[in-house]
Amino acid sequence: MTVVLESRALSKRYGRRRGLTDCTLSVPAGRVAGLVGPNGAGKTTLLHLAVGLLEPTSGTIDVLGARPAASPEQLARIGFVAQDTPTYAGLTVADHLKLGARMNPGWDVGLARSRIGAIGLDPRQRAGKLSGGQRAQLALTLAIAKRPEFLLLDEPVSSLDPLARREFLQGLMEAVAEQGLSVLISSHLVADLERVCDYLIVLIDSRVQLSGDVDDLLVSHRLLTGPRCDLAALPADWQVVSASHTDRQSTLLIRTADPVHDPAWTVEEISMEDLVLAYMSKAAIAPDRNRTMEVQR
Amino acid sequence: MIEFHLDGRSGVSPYLQLIQQVRQALRLGLLIQGDQLPTVKDVVGRLAINPNTVLKAYRELEYEGLVGARPGVGTFVTRTLADESLAAHGELRTELERWLGKARRAGLEEESIEALILTTFRATMKETI
Repeated sequence: MTVVLESRALSKRYGRRRGLTDCTLSVPAGRVAGLVGPNGAGKTTLLHLAVGLLEPTSGTIDVLGARPAASPEQLARIGFVAQDTPTYAGLTVADHLKLGARMNPGWDVGLARSRIGAIGLDPRQRAGKLSGGQRAQLALTLAIAKRPEFLLLDEPVSSLDPLARREFLQGLMEAVAEQGLSVLISSHLVADLERVCDYLIVLIDSRVQLSGDVDDLLVSHRLLTGPRCDLAALPADWQVVSASHTDRQSTLLIRTADPVHDPAWTVEEISMEDLVLAYMSKAAIAPDRNRTMEVQR
Repeated sequence: MIEFHLDGRSGVSPYLQLIQQVRQALRLGLLIQGDQLPTVKDVVGRLAINPNTVLKAYRELEYEGLVGARPGVGTFVTRTLADESLAAHGELRTELERWLGKARRAGLEEESIEALILTTFRATMKETI
């Protein structure tokens, strides 16, 4: 299996503040990987480290088998759409394409032109006059026409209305189908990525809480309801992600490799959104517990 | 050529929805032997879903012997699920329409009609089992 991004114990600090902590990841090639987590979790930090806009404080990161921005050749193989899909407000759509052609050795003129036509952008229009959705499409066109092997996008759809959001993801998925490129796309809204990504990375409070193939993750997590139980009495290979109890009933989200056969439990599958939310609330509880422990010590 | 659609609230995964829609079209005779399925690019461009989801659904249909992939050309239907019973569909539909008209005249609302059909359907299915 080839890997497009590999990091080991990767950390980034901004003074005393943690941007990213002890992040070990391996993102396979040919996938659409979703990077999800609340605002401020470290998604942008990870993406900036991956494209070489930031240097790690400690640990290593390799992208397409080399250090980020190691050489012009390596940069040519990577596409990046920064947060809020920036464009040059004073330049026209045509200027942007000219700029793209000058700056990128592998520029695909035909692809850029046909995409601009398909979206219905007027080449003479200034980028500053475009709608949010159109600007996002222009930024995506520039990134795709560069013909990268690995495309990274930082919250590209968060500020778009539902229609523009869908059109953007349609364009992105078409490019994935046609060019077979690998994608890492971040969002603080899981619902945006539910249908598009087949690999998932959940980042919370600067740490990776969960990562893996979406199908594998969904198969290995089960929502159980049954008579009230003692957590200590559960099978040893069950990893309890969340648990809530009433005086009679227990509801558990567990991670296990084996199917649950115990008839005492009603077993349900879990959606990607519920899975991510469970890990988010787990992380929200954990730091408090650590804090009280520190106080007790 | 058929066009796929996704129901986001059904709880059925997109992968299964695609398979079900092909099977349904085969059963109703909307797809017959030799027909081409939409290309992966067309499907993802329409539904904004991961291309691997479409590939996986097509592979499953291929495994079931319903479609075959011709590399570089596309995916084509190799077998149909519509049998002789398809010929009876027209008459059954007319009868059903007549019955629906009767139900409406009797004052049943859409939800009541649906509930009545579903409960009767389930009850008779149980009997035959």
